[in-house]
Amino acid sequence: MISQNYTNTSGSNSSPGSQHLSEAHSKSLSRFLPPLPLFALSPLLSHVVNFIAKKHPELFSRLGESTKKTFLINPTNLPFFLILQPDPNNPRLKAYNRGSEIKHDVYISGSFATLLKMIDSQSDSDALFFNREIMVTGDSEAMVALRNALDDMEGTLVDDVASSLGPFSKPVRKFFDIVNKSKRHHE
Amino acid sequence: MSEQITKPELVCPAGTPASLRTAVDAGADAIYCGFVGPTNARNFPGLNFSLDEMTKAVDYAQQRGAKLLTAINSFPTAGRTDIWKKAIDDAVSINVDAIIIADIGMAKYLSETHPDQRIHLSVQAGASSPEAINFYCDRFDIKRVVLPRILTVAEIKKVHDEIPCEIEAFIFGNIGMMAEGRCSLTNYVTGLSTNMDGVCSPANFVHYEEDKDKNLTTRLGEYAIDCIGCGENAGYPTICKGRYNVGHRAEYYAFEEPVSLNLTHLLPDLIEAGVTALKIEGRQRSKAYIRSVVSSFRQAVDAYSNGEQPDISDLLALTEGHKETMGAFPSKKWR
Repeated sequence: MISQNYTNTSGSNSSPGSQHLSEAHSKSLSRFLPPLPLFALSPLLSHVVNFIAKKHPELFSRLGESTKKTFLINPTNLPFFLILQPDPNNPRLKAYNRGSEIKHDVYISGSFATLLKMIDSQSDSDALFFNREIMVTGDSEAMVALRNALDDMEGTLVDDVASSLGPFSKPVRKFFDIVNKSKRHHE
Repeated sequence: MSEQITKPELVCPAGTPASLRTAVDAGADAIYCGFVGPTNARNFPGLNFSLDEMTKAVDYAQQRGAKLLTAINSFPTAGRTDIWKKAIDDAVSINVDAIIIADIGMAKYLSETHPDQRIHLSVQAGASSPEAINFYCDRFDIKRVVLPRILTVAEIKKVHDEIPCEIEAFIFGNIGMMAEGRCSLTNYVTGLSTNMDGVCSPANFVHYEEDKDKNLTTRLGEYAIDCIGCGENAGYPTICKGRYNVGHRAEYYAFEEPVSLNLTHLLPDLIEAGVTALKIEGRQRSKAYIRSVVSSFRQAVDAYSNGEQPDISDLLALTEGHKETMGAFPSKKWR
């Protein structure tokens, strides 16, 4: 694991604490975000990641040894970042305020809509990397394994998140629709 | 454009079962994929098929009228041939439509052990002359050769006229080293071989660093292979696509540029030259790539076959470095 917090040990300045949020993007998305404190968001994320893990157990065989890795996912236009630990016995997804010091093996950043489109295979991750719309540092082997594992997933993350939230699925789908439209607007 | 054109087979890549289903559903006539491990030339983390997944893939493809081709197209080293032989036996046991083979020893094993199995000769074998191809046809009953990307269309026509087997030609995707199957650049840096371990730039040796000005440095092992400026498009982290200070030239693409092959405009010429199968590169790419490229080429091939001009302008977004080339196919003047 990279022993890093906000200053990347590789000398890179791409870790979340050192990145400036795009004002335009941040404001455009924040309009649709409820003022949800992270302590309330975390149980929700935990519920979602456990739902996905149960529905797609094949994810873990594709991840192989990378199930032991820690992934820092930085949606650059949101006020927090995510830590994913895809341990099949105890998968964890947690949100942290910018400024928190979290050790991680892999760092992935991009706008929320771009990351969502990549995970849901609406956009090709290689093309996003070629275009510099996403940025990756750290353990590339774990990153490639995660990308391939997610790409082999049937259905979409949006569907899974919505399904896992039962009666709240409708507003969740609406939120993701708005995010996607926001992305298209900025393109 | 003649309306009597013979419609070629569209051969598409798949790195995962989901990609395979995407390729079939997008209109692929045949899909090529490999087993997990060193027996195929795309041995990347999280990619490729277990025997169970390959069995289901054969069923999915064949039930929808598509063929499944298994790539066993790397080169075994002494003491490891059992891994390749098992992959061959497994592929035969699940009735794949063809096995794509590169190693001459494995071609012998396959043709002698499973004489009824259709064999295609991989691009990795680097057979580019009629004499070389005829040797494989005579000795191992090769039914199709995948030609290296070093021949012009005119040369492909000459090869076609002198060989008894079908020709498969790449039309889109990553464009490899000019002497395919013989690249040792990754081996030099990492100790792992593209040809014998199936890994070009193994991911655990790849590192990216972005500085405060958004300049992106790409490293393979201890070697910096490129520094991409803010606003510049990136490419794959392979030595052959890196920029180096060579003699009086700074930041020079000493081997190749990050660029993708796109032969859409040469499709009628390739078919005229005798190419029976058109191959899309990219088993390492995502479902989104597969969906977009396969459906675009499905439309293009169908349009050309009907004497129409296809619109495939949206493919540029999927090319490496946002650049495309026709490579050596129109002329040998390409670097």
